[in-house]
Amino acid sequence: MALNTEKFISQVNDLSAQGNLHTEEILVNMGPQHPSTHGVLRLVIQTDGELVAQAFPQVGFLHRCFEKIAESVTYRQVVPYTDRLDYIASMNNALAYVLGVEKLMQIEIFPRAQYIRVIVAELNRIASHLVAFGTYGLDLGAFTPFLYGFRERELILSIFEELSGARLLYHYPRIGGVAKDIDAKIAADIRAFIKTMRRTWPEYNALLTENQIFIKRSANIGVISAENAISYGLTGPCLRASGVAFDIRKAQPYSSYEKFDFNIPTGQGTKGQVCDCWDRYWVRMCEIQESLKIIEQALDSLPEGEIRAKLPAVLKLPAGNVYLPCENPRGELGFFIISDFQPKALRIKMRAPSFCNLSIVNKICRGVLVADVVAIVGSLDIVLGEIDR
Amino acid sequence: MNDFIQSLFGPNGVNVWIAPSSTWLLATILFTGAGIVVFVWVALMSVIGTYAERRVAGYMQGRLGPNRVGWFGVLQPIADGIKLLGKEDLIPAGAAKWLFRLAPILVFCGVLIPYAALPFSPRLVVSDMAVAIYYILAFEALEVVGVLMAGWAPNSKWSLYGGMRLAAQMLSYEIPMGLALVVIVLFAGSLNFQQIVAWQQTPMMGIEDPNILGWGIFRSPACFVAFFIFFIGGLASAKRAPFDLPEAESELVAGYHTEYSGMRFAFFFMAEYGAMYLVSALTAILFLGGWYGPLPLPEGISPASLVELWNTNTAGQESFWSACQAFISAPVVLTTAGAELIGFINLAGKALILFFTMIWIRWTLPRIRIDQVMHLCLKVLLPLSMIAALGAAIQIVIMN
Repeated sequence: MALNTEKFISQVNDLSAQGNLHTEEILVNMGPQHPSTHGVLRLVIQTDGELVAQAFPQVGFLHRCFEKIAESVTYRQVVPYTDRLDYIASMNNALAYVLGVEKLMQIEIFPRAQYIRVIVAELNRIASHLVAFGTYGLDLGAFTPFLYGFRERELILSIFEELSGARLLYHYPRIGGVAKDIDAKIAADIRAFIKTMRRTWPEYNALLTENQIFIKRSANIGVISAENAISYGLTGPCLRASGVAFDIRKAQPYSSYEKFDFNIPTGQGTKGQVCDCWDRYWVRMCEIQESLKIIEQALDSLPEGEIRAKLPAVLKLPAGNVYLPCENPRGELGFFIISDFQPKALRIKMRAPSFCNLSIVNKICRGVLVADVVAIVGSLDIVLGEIDR
Repeated sequence: MNDFIQSLFGPNGVNVWIAPSSTWLLATILFTGAGIVVFVWVALMSVIGTYAERRVAGYMQGRLGPNRVGWFGVLQPIADGIKLLGKEDLIPAGAAKWLFRLAPILVFCGVLIPYAALPFSPRLVVSDMAVAIYYILAFEALEVVGVLMAGWAPNSKWSLYGGMRLAAQMLSYEIPMGLALVVIVLFAGSLNFQQIVAWQQTPMMGIEDPNILGWGIFRSPACFVAFFIFFIGGLASAKRAPFDLPEAESELVAGYHTEYSGMRFAFFFMAEYGAMYLVSALTAILFLGGWYGPLPLPEGISPASLVELWNTNTAGQESFWSACQAFISAPVVLTTAGAELIGFINLAGKALILFFTMIWIRWTLPRIRIDQVMHLCLKVLLPLSMIAALGAAIQIVIMN
């Protein structure tokens, strides 16, 4: 049920112009300490009762000087810092950075390492989308899906723990390869996870996706047209939900993504308009299935060989600059690296997908209800760690 | 004066013990004692409710829930209570101090006062009023005032949103709830719980003792619809999911009790669980036969009040102790006491099943938005309840 907000606002304005009704807008600070701003985001919301007139996102509460630190440590030492940017998808961050460095160095990576990178990146994409699934349910008041999502994410974390020794910040992709090989046990674990995930995925839909209250809360809310999505620089599931089938894994394949067969799920407007909150949510759910397909193919055709190239102890990149975009769970992530043939980078600039995705909040939060702001911000699936860096 | 009170209150409950010759003092003592018992019951419900809520949620979410304090964690709510007692009692700067202090009391009273008319078994009731339903609906509205105060007093915007949402929600859902009650009242012909349950025991379609089939919910299609309207309205008035938007943690931090801490918060908490049991017990009494069924009540229950039973069975006894012995060994007293126990188990069991249903719903469904709450109430439930009330009236006219 769409709310005829413009009519309502004009009626209120008419009444107050006649002096019959005195209404005042309230300025509400949503955050930085708020249960559903996904971190330390501060939203300044101008409200007229329950109606939102404006919502200004204020960022910077989690600023940790990543880009400055990256200039003062060596290329290899930057990798653990990238883990801490989008801490939900550490593998994908580190992968984007090492790919950029390797492109500037113009070194070839062993095929086995490339495949392993694809496997861990896709596993982490699933883990990230499971968190998005769970927290989106949480934003809309459903608590149980959150723990269901975390139950399956736990399996991925255990696999990563076997691989890298850490459960959240892995430091697993290294410049020139990966830290550890996938042995038979880990491969079996991954296959078992694929089986579990395929079994539980319909459970999620029965619990949340097809729930009538959930559909009423998320369909037709926060609609982003394809033009708006492109002009605001949206990438990832938010862009694909608008109906634009743009995925860097297909458009500019890296790390041998071109060898795998997978689809790009796009928003179809199944429950409402194209690219409402439900569509963005559903694109992520479909991407879990696509990622499972990729992992399965990569495991089946995992080439034999080395996993790490021999590189000099002190890395000096050739002078020049590079930008290599990668498909993060949240969108296009790329590191712009300027090198002047020193052990340290002259400048590293990060293009954070969440930062660009967040920029559309004020555009789509006008005239919605306070509860919808939570639904919209949740559907954009932002991580403050990479917005503030 | 006491005669008047008794005529107002009906044949059962504490008021029966006040003989016409007794003093006001005795009445005060009796009612205070009954009040304490009811308070303990509400506190017990909030203890059981918290524990059940957390264990059930844990079970539904594939985790354990509290299992450290006491046997299987049963003492966890008490540990929580002690923790809340030790918390600093904060009153925010700029708050309306007295309203802030008064609000939790009013909210809790709005839940506690209706318990005076709520029977726990056929006779176990503080006061068996002739207008019990009316009384409960009237005093439940006190909670709205308390919540509005809690929303206004702390000078916090989140509280204000929560308070306003709740006021709108509770006031609107009282209308379909009231109309759903009208359906039952029309059929039973009384506002008194004893007579409503007695109506559910009357023969139906030729069956002498219909047991479950005789429950209000199965008596008429109108009652069937009214049951769901009443339960949904009850969920909304008890602020339970999916209608928990006055305290929606993902939108309003904690709604109207954002700024409350320590025991003041605990009172809101107890009020919530008290309201949950109140709504569950009311639904069980009005629609699910009350203390009647599924366990059959024994034959030969005396319809006399406790005072009358005492007088008839202890006639001729000299000392108080021999009178007590005679009273306890009288068969009619034993069957009546057994009926009380079975009735209590029946009623509490059904109420607790509904209580569990509320917990189940909370951990399954997402939250509804405020405009959808109003839409559901005013455009769906209200017309439905009107049709149900009209249908009930037509059915009664045709059947007679």
